[in-house]
Amino acid sequence: MSGLAADIWQPVRLTVELAAMTTIILLIVGTPIAWWLARSKAWWKEAVATIVAVPLVLPPTVLGFYLLVVLGPDGPGGLLAGLWGARTLAFTFGGLVVGSVVYSMPFVVQPIRNSFAAIGDRPLEVAATLRASPCRAFWTVAIPLARPGFLAGAVLGFAHTVGEFGIVLMIGGSIPGKTKVLSVAIFDYVETSQWREANILAGGMALFAFAVILAMTLIEKRVARIKA
Amino acid sequence: MMSKQPGTIRAEFRGVLGQFALKACFSVASRGITGLFGPSGCGKSTVLRCFAGLQHLPDSFCAVDGDIWQNKTIFRKPYQRPIGYVFQEASLFQHLSVRRNLLYGAPRDTAPHDAGSVSFDEAVDLLGLGALLDRSPNHLSGGERQRVAIGRALLSRPKLLLMDEPLSALDRPTKDEILPFLERLHQRLSLPVIYVSHDMAEIERLADHLVLMQAGMVLAAGPLGALQSDPSLPLAAGRDAAVNFDAEVEAYDPAYGILTMQIDGGRLLVPAPPAAVGERRRLRIAASDVSLSREAPRASTILNALPARIVSKSPVGQSEVLVVLALGSDGGGARLLARVTRRSWDFLQLGEEMNAFAQVKGVALAPARGVSITT
Repeated sequence: MSGLAADIWQPVRLTVELAAMTTIILLIVGTPIAWWLARSKAWWKEAVATIVAVPLVLPPTVLGFYLLVVLGPDGPGGLLAGLWGARTLAFTFGGLVVGSVVYSMPFVVQPIRNSFAAIGDRPLEVAATLRASPCRAFWTVAIPLARPGFLAGAVLGFAHTVGEFGIVLMIGGSIPGKTKVLSVAIFDYVETSQWREANILAGGMALFAFAVILAMTLIEKRVARIKA
Repeated sequence: MMSKQPGTIRAEFRGVLGQFALKACFSVASRGITGLFGPSGCGKSTVLRCFAGLQHLPDSFCAVDGDIWQNKTIFRKPYQRPIGYVFQEASLFQHLSVRRNLLYGAPRDTAPHDAGSVSFDEAVDLLGLGALLDRSPNHLSGGERQRVAIGRALLSRPKLLLMDEPLSALDRPTKDEILPFLERLHQRLSLPVIYVSHDMAEIERLADHLVLMQAGMVLAAGPLGALQSDPSLPLAAGRDAAVNFDAEVEAYDPAYGILTMQIDGGRLLVPAPPAAVGERRRLRIAASDVSLSREAPRASTILNALPARIVSKSPVGQSEVLVVLALGSDGGGARLLARVTRRSWDFLQLGEEMNAFAQVKGVALAPARGVSITT
């Protein structure tokens, strides 16, 4: 029984770590991208938006293949790994994070971009006429007003990273404690006919998804009530 | 290019915007309220946005009180200009309480205020915001929101307040609720204001100076009364032509309920509620309420017959003429407009440079400026 618990908890912990790290990185990296996409008047911004959105339609195996090339020993990822004496970023936790960031980016950037765009010019103009520098206006007006987008982006980014399978399999494999995340673990349990373990993990994930979305909805509702 | 000069607001905004070319060049005193008046779409709001730096038209010039905000080499960003801006819609920050909205642009330091600035408590008092401070903007009426927006702009300690049709999104009763606040601000603060409006009634109540705009061009700029009484401008030619005066209460006759008001070049009797001697009030006399006679009327129910000199006469349509009068028998006082029939003009053998008596049938008195909002 204790053996079973350890086996099950390891991928759970790994998945949460991966999803949390991916979400944090995406909030940091994705926010300026979303801001630029929402505010820029450059004609080529939709090309950038398209690149960000490509993982939505690209088969995970295709994305995974390219990531494997990039992260592998002969790609930039391999060169980078050489800095600390490793040979490759593929089949490592770091490689998984890179892959997840790319794969989940549209789910974070899109809602944040939409809520930045929904603010419109006016509140920022008002802030400027009240002596707020663009930086202060961004932190005190744009970010608070775009909060629903950040909440949605974080939830979607986290949940999507938890649920990813194809890419993980391509670039991470199934190394216990390193790259064997929940979805892969379920797959392995099913492959080896361990239905009971598969059931526990799958059921847990379903519950988790339900709980996260419900909690976010309730938080947002409560925030709206306090505000009003 | 114009040079900088203290005591004035100088603007030269040029550029092409959509369907018309803007070429707005004017200079007005940097005190009191300057009305920017013209039909919708004539470029008034663009001029205001240029003042704020929200719109950048290259090849323009802007200086306020000797401070250059824009010329060929300088362009100060909106947040680097000491302005307050009140938009047509209040545009309050939804995520902040009324109090935090008010304080958003307020400087943190506690430096002594100059005559143009107000403290938080004063602004709250002046605008009647005391009961609203901890509310969310989402739960305010349109008029309350606009009052908060005005307070928020004032508390950022501006050197120039820009107001872009602040009342036009409001219904009539709400306008009447806010106007007294604006009049109080005008009285209390030395802060110069540029007030954009397409409603002449607002301009007549508030403005000291006027900039008349049409299709991206400035037709004229100067003191309100001078532009109202200039027969070459569309204001005087209109059916509702009128002239405003800033009058001082000289006496009150309680037996008849009549105020004696002193204006430049004359004295008017106005039926009105009591008012304190020395109080300043704005009067409006419509051109259609003024008739002319060659001699002082001896027996008439008309209260006011002011000696004046005829300055000019211009035809209005087929049967009427618009007469510009200078009050006082020496013609040294304020200008007044009279619209009379051409027939009367000829029968009385009136002519320019002649002395005559202006009989004023009606004088409109703006409500007292200290008036409370709970009417």
